[in-house]
Amino acid sequence: MLQITCPWCGPRDAVEFHCHGEAHIARPEKPHEISDAEWGDYIFFRKNPKGVHFERWTHDAGCRRWFNAIRNTVTDAFIATYAPTDPIPEIPTDDQGDA
Amino acid sequence: MKYNIFSLARNARTYHQDWTRAWRSPEPKPEYEAIIVGGGGHGLATAYYLAKECGVRSVAVLEKGWLGGGNTGRNTTIVRSNYLWDESAAIYEHSVKLWEGLSQDLNFNVMFSQRGLLHLAHTVHDLQEIGRRGHAIWLNGIDSEFLDVDQVREMVPLMNVNGRYPVLGALLQRRGGTARHDAVAWGYARKADEMGVDIIQNCAVTGFDIQNGVVKGVETTRGRIAAKKVGVVAAGHSSVLAEIAGFRMPLESVPLQALVSEPVKPCIDTVIMSNAVHVYLSQSDKGELVVGAGSDAYISYAQRGGFDVLEHIMGPLVELFPFVSRLRMLRQWGGIVDVTVDRSPILSKTPVENLFFNCGWGTGGFKCTPGSGHVFAHSIANGEMHPIAAPFSIDRFHTGALIDEGAAAAVAH
Repeated sequence: MLQITCPWCGPRDAVEFHCHGEAHIARPEKPHEISDAEWGDYIFFRKNPKGVHFERWTHDAGCRRWFNAIRNTVTDAFIATYAPTDPIPEIPTDDQGDA
Repeated sequence: MKYNIFSLARNARTYHQDWTRAWRSPEPKPEYEAIIVGGGGHGLATAYYLAKECGVRSVAVLEKGWLGGGNTGRNTTIVRSNYLWDESAAIYEHSVKLWEGLSQDLNFNVMFSQRGLLHLAHTVHDLQEIGRRGHAIWLNGIDSEFLDVDQVREMVPLMNVNGRYPVLGALLQRRGGTARHDAVAWGYARKADEMGVDIIQNCAVTGFDIQNGVVKGVETTRGRIAAKKVGVVAAGHSSVLAEIAGFRMPLESVPLQALVSEPVKPCIDTVIMSNAVHVYLSQSDKGELVVGAGSDAYISYAQRGGFDVLEHIMGPLVELFPFVSRLRMLRQWGGIVDVTVDRSPILSKTPVENLFFNCGWGTGGFKCTPGSGHVFAHSIANGEMHPIAAPFSIDRFHTGALIDEGAAAAVAH
């Protein structure tokens, strides 16, 4: 993981980026109606897969914009990066990403 | 065989050819009273205290690789108990007290060296943080001293206290120090084995046999093994095992790196940590400088870590210890640590009855190897969490009673 492809800037040095954890987590629609357990799950529980992971990144030292990435946590290889408004890309099951 | 001067002399006469193996490598039995998943320090300590103090001798430790080959052999060997909150003070101090008698207890030299541990302060905020924490540590009856910069300079003459971020003071725990990490795993394994614990290496757990919400055994690469109770002590892979068992763990697994220099003559006789400039350092008995780096800011199971993290550690290290700039670094490695949001561990029952988890030690589990194993063993044996372990339940992530040790958890975050 020496380079990361920013959806806006193209491939850049990995140190320009920062990871912000799991992507596609929606804040509960009616916070006043959910239980403590549901709140705890929303705030503290994250997916921690050994394999394909969907996560949010920012290009801090570049365009400073947010984007989503699909990365393999075993090899640290990126499978895809996409803008937050884009649909989640389909990934072939055998795609291990570019190291 | 007891290790002492006489057995050493006796074996010297036969050119050390007749030492017995420190532990057996038995075939797994079909059933055990308790199974511990994970043959690292915490798992082996759990098995040892189960056999020694809880009367549970039918115990198997299942290790997917080799004994102590994970984070037990990859950490920077630091032991301390200078944490902020009462719950943390209780468990980490319990551990330090066990460390103090561990070599005698195990009849194995774990080389526990209470050489003192300095937390440096570089800013007014740092001084306030160590002030708050230092006084909290006193209130818990744990030793803690404040040093001004002259005392720091006297204690560590090689340190450059006038760098870009000058050293203003430090918090010192004299009872803190280091131990030999491999010896801890070997010592626990040997004694546990002596009391009948089966240590089964190259045996990965692939599933849990759960019937009506009660665990009945585990599926492994060497077949099914039944057990009345199962304790999972799998560090970075805990959430993977939790998912197999059907529930979630509030953990994220990240690589944490460390590196050692070429060996040099004794020059650093204490442990130095600095959260602000992000470095920690000690010298091993072999003479290598042991340097702890930070963790990567993303989930990863690759046991190596990012190169930029290494770069990030070398700058402040050379600033604080200019002589290091001419040393070569011999080895660098990474271990996968399971980090909780409050930087405190999870010792807990789970939604599955008789299945216990001990995880979330994150970047600082080595120091608590004896304490964690001790209270976890008692929890498994009694079916109820030990009073010291109880606050570390997984329930805290739903009640909100977190034990926030972000500051005391030190450099890695």
